[in-house]
Amino acid sequence: MIFARGLTKVYGDFIAVDGIDFEVRKGEAFGLLGPNGAGKSTTMKMIASVSKRTGGDLTILGLDPNKRGPEIRAHLGVVPQQDNLDRELKVHENLFVYGRFFGLSRKFLKNKVEELLEFAQLTEKRNNKAEELSGGMKRRLTIARGLVNEPEILMLDEPTTGLDPQARHILWDRLFRLKEQGVTLVITTHYMDEAEQLCDRLIVMDKGKIMAEGSPADLIKRYASKEVLEVRFGSSRNIEIAEQIAHLGHRTEVLPDRILIYSDNGDADLQEILKLGLEPVTSLVRRSSLEDVFLRLTGRTLVE
Amino acid sequence: MSLIGLAADSAVSIAQRRGNKLGRSVYSGRSRVAMERNLMAFRSSNWIIVLSGFVEPLFYLLAFGFGVGRLIGGVTDGSGHPVSYAAFIAPALLATSAMNGAIYDSTWNVFFKMHFAKLYETMLATSLGPLDVAIGEIGWALLRGFVYAIGFMLVMAPLGLIPSWWALMAIPGAVLIAFGFASFGMAITSYLKTFHQMNWINFFMLPMFLFSGTFYPLSIYPQWIQSIIQAMPLWHAIQLERAFMLGNLGWGLLVHVVYFLVMIVLGLFFTTRRLTALFMK
Repeated sequence: MIFARGLTKVYGDFIAVDGIDFEVRKGEAFGLLGPNGAGKSTTMKMIASVSKRTGGDLTILGLDPNKRGPEIRAHLGVVPQQDNLDRELKVHENLFVYGRFFGLSRKFLKNKVEELLEFAQLTEKRNNKAEELSGGMKRRLTIARGLVNEPEILMLDEPTTGLDPQARHILWDRLFRLKEQGVTLVITTHYMDEAEQLCDRLIVMDKGKIMAEGSPADLIKRYASKEVLEVRFGSSRNIEIAEQIAHLGHRTEVLPDRILIYSDNGDADLQEILKLGLEPVTSLVRRSSLEDVFLRLTGRTLVE
Repeated sequence: MSLIGLAADSAVSIAQRRGNKLGRSVYSGRSRVAMERNLMAFRSSNWIIVLSGFVEPLFYLLAFGFGVGRLIGGVTDGSGHPVSYAAFIAPALLATSAMNGAIYDSTWNVFFKMHFAKLYETMLATSLGPLDVAIGEIGWALLRGFVYAIGFMLVMAPLGLIPSWWALMAIPGAVLIAFGFASFGMAITSYLKTFHQMNWINFFMLPMFLFSGTFYPLSIYPQWIQSIIQAMPLWHAIQLERAFMLGNLGWGLLVHVVYFLVMIVLGLFFTTRRLTALFMK
């Protein structure tokens, strides 16, 4: 569906995207994971054919976005990072007008709008102004709007940033349904749990480059251990204590607020620490996540 | 429900129909949908604001044409025929009406849509191109200018200010004028970034309205001031409408028509270029 080789974007003397290669296959949920400023949104814009690449090759459904912009955009649904609903219009009008932008007939849209209102669970809010909706509802409406042209690829830029947990779960459920229907999803996120939940395959980006590529489980297996033990001793003592327990697990990582011990058996390591006579303020054994993968690859945390 | 479009009239097939035409990356032949969006938003907008733009030149006509006009008696039009003062300024106010309608929408409203509503960004994420957006928005502004001009004509008729059928030519004239101002207004607005800069447009519009031969013939000015005014769009608009309304037709009017055609083309060109630079960089 999407094919990129040496894809590059330069703004002035800032390299936003630095020669990346990737491929998105039909029907998969493809993720771009990375911190703010990693080049995810820029990559999304180039795919959405609203930003011209500086170098490299990029094709979407076999078409070159530099030459066939409007045609490619007819295949895509775009859900931008910031909701840009039409505040002057009602909920159902937002969907209708957006469909008209694609040239879809009024007759077709009459049914389509009802279908999408139901999908977004907004049928009861149809006559409200878009600005009167809650954050989660706005986001659902933006996603529904992106589906009005029955796109083969839906592009979601940070779909759940700023939403409360409940609204996030409703949204994830809607996205799963789309995947079941065969819609290819391209998602950027800086939430590891979101990437793990939604993505079949993802690339980890940092400073415009791809650090790793694979399925979430794959990446965790490759770059992290089975379990992680997190211990806190208070910010002043972490570094000093880390030296004493460096022999535990496969690897330890010292963060300003805690120490991470990557191991196959977190509970056993915790017992070792207690045996040394050290008493952590808090301790937690958990499964490894993409956050750990990112930390391993870049030496930094995702959400800073 | 099916989410992936396969129908013959799907968004993709609609976009593909233009796939081989010239300018396919900037224009998809669908500028009317931008006007549809505006019509939908307009239904719930504040009618008082819309009305005020129309009423303003009307008040000038009543105050100056029939108030001050009584003290003046008559003047001569451009061709040396004597006319009443009201008949002299009415075509100028008609031209101003067309200009106001076009400018209101193509400046402040465009500025809002561009920087706050993010409307153009949204539109350009669909299969529309920047030229569609430019033509649609300018078309909408033009429509407002056209409606103001028609309204003004309807007021002029019972006041006895429409002397002949030639005056009907002033309607296509008003469309041309509104098109020129809308096109140029949107182009300039698309380059402005702050409210402060936007205020300069108003600062420029008022003197242009007062001194473009609106209320008295240009001949009272020294030559160098006349030359400056003759470069202004409103002067050309007034000359055109006055000639139509008073039935003084001649080939010389083509100069004014060409002036506005150039304004339209330049406005469309720079608006499209700027939208591309802003939202498709």
